[in-house]
Amino acid sequence: MIPGEFIYHRPSSVAEAVAILANHGEEARPLSGGHSLIPMMKLRMAAPEHLVDLGGIADLKGISEDGDMISIGAMTTQHELIASDLLGSKLPIIRETSQLIADPQIRYVGTLGGNVANGDPGNDMPALMQCLNASYVLTGPEGDREVSARDFYEAAYFTKLAPEEILTAIRIPVLPAGHGYAYEKLKRKVGDYATAAAAVVLTMSGGSVSFCAIALTNVADTPLFAVEAGDILTGSTLDAETVKRAVAAAEAITEPASDGRGPAEYRTKMAGVMVQRALARAAERAKG
Amino acid sequence: MNDLTPTREQREAALEGMGCKRKRVEDVRFTQGKGQYVDDVKLPGMVFGDFVRSPYAHAKVTKIDATEALKLPGVIAVLTAEDLKGVNLAWMPTLAGDVQMVLADGKVLYQNQEVAFVVAENRYIADDAIQLVEVEYEELPVIVDPFKSMDPDAPVLRPDLEGKTEGAHGPRKHHNHIFTWEVGDKDETARAFDEADVTIKEKISYHRTHPSPLETCQCIASMDKVKGELTIWGTFQAPHVIRTVASLLSTIPEHKIHVVAPDIGGGFGNKVGAYPGYICSIVASIVTGVPVKWVEDRMENLSTTSFARDYHMTAEIAAKSDGTVTGLKVHVLADHGGFDACADPSKWPAGFFNIVTGSYDFPVAHLEVDGVYTNKAPGGVAYRCSFRVTEAAYCIERAMDILAQKLGMDPADLRMKNFVKPEQFPYQSALGWEYDSGDYHTAMQKVMDTIGYRELRAEQKAKQEAFKRGETREIMGIGISFFTEIVGAGPSKNCDILGVAMFDSAEIRVHPTGSVISRMGTKSQGQGHETTWAQIIATEIGIPAADIMVEEGNTDTAPYGLGTYGSRSTPVAGAAIALAARKIRNKAQMIAAHMLEVSEYDLDWDVDGFQVKGNPQARKSMKEIAWAAYHAPPPGMEPGLEAVSYYDPPNMTYPFGAYFCVMDIDVDTGVAKTRRFYALDDCGTRINPMIIEGQVHGGLTEAFAIAMGQEIRYDEIGNVLGASFMDFFLPTAVETPHWETDYTVTPSPHHPIGAKGVGESPNVGGVPAFSNAVNDAFQFLGSTHIQMPHDAWRLWQVAKDLGVHG
Repeated sequence: MIPGEFIYHRPSSVAEAVAILANHGEEARPLSGGHSLIPMMKLRMAAPEHLVDLGGIADLKGISEDGDMISIGAMTTQHELIASDLLGSKLPIIRETSQLIADPQIRYVGTLGGNVANGDPGNDMPALMQCLNASYVLTGPEGDREVSARDFYEAAYFTKLAPEEILTAIRIPVLPAGHGYAYEKLKRKVGDYATAAAAVVLTMSGGSVSFCAIALTNVADTPLFAVEAGDILTGSTLDAETVKRAVAAAEAITEPASDGRGPAEYRTKMAGVMVQRALARAAERAKG
Repeated sequence: MNDLTPTREQREAALEGMGCKRKRVEDVRFTQGKGQYVDDVKLPGMVFGDFVRSPYAHAKVTKIDATEALKLPGVIAVLTAEDLKGVNLAWMPTLAGDVQMVLADGKVLYQNQEVAFVVAENRYIADDAIQLVEVEYEELPVIVDPFKSMDPDAPVLRPDLEGKTEGAHGPRKHHNHIFTWEVGDKDETARAFDEADVTIKEKISYHRTHPSPLETCQCIASMDKVKGELTIWGTFQAPHVIRTVASLLSTIPEHKIHVVAPDIGGGFGNKVGAYPGYICSIVASIVTGVPVKWVEDRMENLSTTSFARDYHMTAEIAAKSDGTVTGLKVHVLADHGGFDACADPSKWPAGFFNIVTGSYDFPVAHLEVDGVYTNKAPGGVAYRCSFRVTEAAYCIERAMDILAQKLGMDPADLRMKNFVKPEQFPYQSALGWEYDSGDYHTAMQKVMDTIGYRELRAEQKAKQEAFKRGETREIMGIGISFFTEIVGAGPSKNCDILGVAMFDSAEIRVHPTGSVISRMGTKSQGQGHETTWAQIIATEIGIPAADIMVEEGNTDTAPYGLGTYGSRSTPVAGAAIALAARKIRNKAQMIAAHMLEVSEYDLDWDVDGFQVKGNPQARKSMKEIAWAAYHAPPPGMEPGLEAVSYYDPPNMTYPFGAYFCVMDIDVDTGVAKTRRFYALDDCGTRINPMIIEGQVHGGLTEAFAIAMGQEIRYDEIGNVLGASFMDFFLPTAVETPHWETDYTVTPSPHHPIGAKGVGESPNVGGVPAFSNAVNDAFQFLGSTHIQMPHDAWRLWQVAKDLGVHG
């Protein structure tokens, strides 16, 4: 449980950080909160020769509103997400989800950027970002590009992020006031990854669903945006029969591993139960 | 007397003696981060050792090449079994009469087994060097399932034992068989089953788990070659035993070995045994002449140092149709892993599992235990339980519930009907124990009344009806556990470790000014001995606990003792403390008589001194007497005021308790929520109620973890799964239920202060309470027995198999 040797860098600007990454290619890794990378290094499953700590870059922090978009700096901690009144009023599901990540000590250090960038299927924020249709700002030697969270993840730990790029910000469209939301997470204990989890946001209009997005955590090697389940529910009154069909559609796209959290069959079913419960809570919260 | 003279009550309160909720004195340093643990000890010139471990569960080791590792700057040595053979330490004896490889000698028997020991200038270099040691393996077929160990064509795990038909505990009947242990009357038990109205039979498994203390196992060995003296700092629950073992193995005379166990961050049995890390550190220090530190990481601790349980029990009960039990039959298949490294007293290969008749008056019983080898880590320690008692308690408490189900009787009523009655104590059990004291009916009734047992049953019935009507997806279980513990090992007539009788000891020195230092053969790992031992002394000799220093763990200064495990400290060392204190009080009485110019028979003991009968103003306090002992002792009397006592207990002690658990289970997720947990303990005389409560909370939390998911799992090729706190279930405050505690007091008649020990009761009694609650919840759906652990996915699977998912 002791990492191999590495050189530690602490740049003070994004440009400087990108330059270090570009110099060292695959041998360098950016470090944000460190809660995924450091344990991997201790197990010697990751052995970067250069560790580029992004903690000294002031530009990567903060939450701001720009018209109908909210922009969150990659180095914003989960604790800061929870404490943000802006998010609390505009995108309360972020607070709800953050509170289900690990424990307070870890949330003081763990960041949104780190959580979404490293491609760990156990992380909660990637599915939530897919549900919210967020996009990631990737900054490289050539400048910025934006990739939708729904297109970003390729396989476990494989994403569209290039070795010389840094995920610098997350941009999220604001949902209409009165939307319903819920993040349901089944876990064995505090600090555990989800056995299965579901993020749901929806809007109701005259008793029926006018919009619904669903995404799933840790039931495949990437987060899953459950397009079909959302489509099935749109226009419905969330009657039992339709919910059942949507749950089945969500379960159908899962491909979980069997592990200590349970066999694949169980985790698939739990994804369904989480969707069902998140839908019920989201509908309860929705106005209109 | 004037108003300023303290009253008797005030003087008693000032002592903070037995019965006082005295705050733990050790917490002052622990809560400030000022404890001194092994890893806090840093010696000049100290180097670090770390292990190359096997990735395979069963393989031949065909080659170990350390050339590249030795080239790395900062690497001092790489030890292998070949090097250890030079000092005759490639293998070491276990506490259970087996031998165990220190480093892989030609083969490995479990994943992560120690293969080579790298010594380097610091931990980083040591870990880098581990990656450079080249080891070639030739994989062999693996046995993970103990039920396949004794198949005729099972692979030979222990070629070193090939052809040996006699083991440490009698004949071996297969090349992977360790022992058969038989107790009780087979024929009479068979007759009881022939004549029974009702019988039950169930395979009840208690899965493999691990004590997982927060501080892992570690040590520093420092050989002074000039003086020929070896000092070992280590996480030792039994420092004197370690010194004796180290002397026997190293041939260094015992007086030239100094063992120091500093503060210990939890043990729970994990730190009783001797591990390859200790041996290798000692050898490395002898070779290099500098101190060598070895510190396990979490994964090493969980996957290699002593596991617990892995007992597979088939229980049968014979009964009359009115519920009276008439016979008990139990067979156990015990999975010991690659070596038998159980930490039981020498003559007890299955510990005290023959307490399996529990709290019930079985006229006859028969028990047979078969120990077998598998490709798993060795161990089999008591994880906060006295030598296999938790397995026995789980077995009988599940079996009684299964019998109640078959009879259609309430499980509380069935227990009440069969309890050993108060007038039967001392009670001779069918499997050979003499229970010292108990009042089971009173304890059981008290809990039933307090929690409203009958009302809970009515609520459960209503919920079951609602579930059947589809109005709820939640089911409710009420778990009952009435356990009898057997602790305080133990009487020299039947308990020894490596030939050393299992007594314990205390030394008390009263200084001239009336303060005290006392030392014991025990070693606290969190039990709070510095607090409670002082309380016993305070009550016995009338000196305030605050003026009494308790010191343990240094074999140079403490009297020889067998250490702390198996809830033995209070029953054994606690008695030695009281008896040593009484020697001091007896001498003090003679001194007081001289001072007051009366006969010692004319004196009465009064809280903190002696007073003349009929003239309470004429008194001498212990403080005055202490001064006199050094200043002007009676003519002809030796000066000084100190005493030593070695206590060989006449019998074990038998704490008991009634635990009730109320649980609600969501059948769609398998998630179980403990609504209420009520634990009544009877541990005899209560020394510090607050520490007892703390012990009960801790033990119940472990019991909750074990029953509800804590497990060392293996896949079919012997890979350890989940040997980290990500997967190994260590509950946080969030998951842990709220505990309600209660007590009755039935003192032990043979113990000087009547105390029985409590540390392990909650683990022993808690596990069956949780498991019975789970089983009770599913019973109305047609289930008889559900194997532990009861984590969410397994309970979901049970619900699915019972057809409740539609």
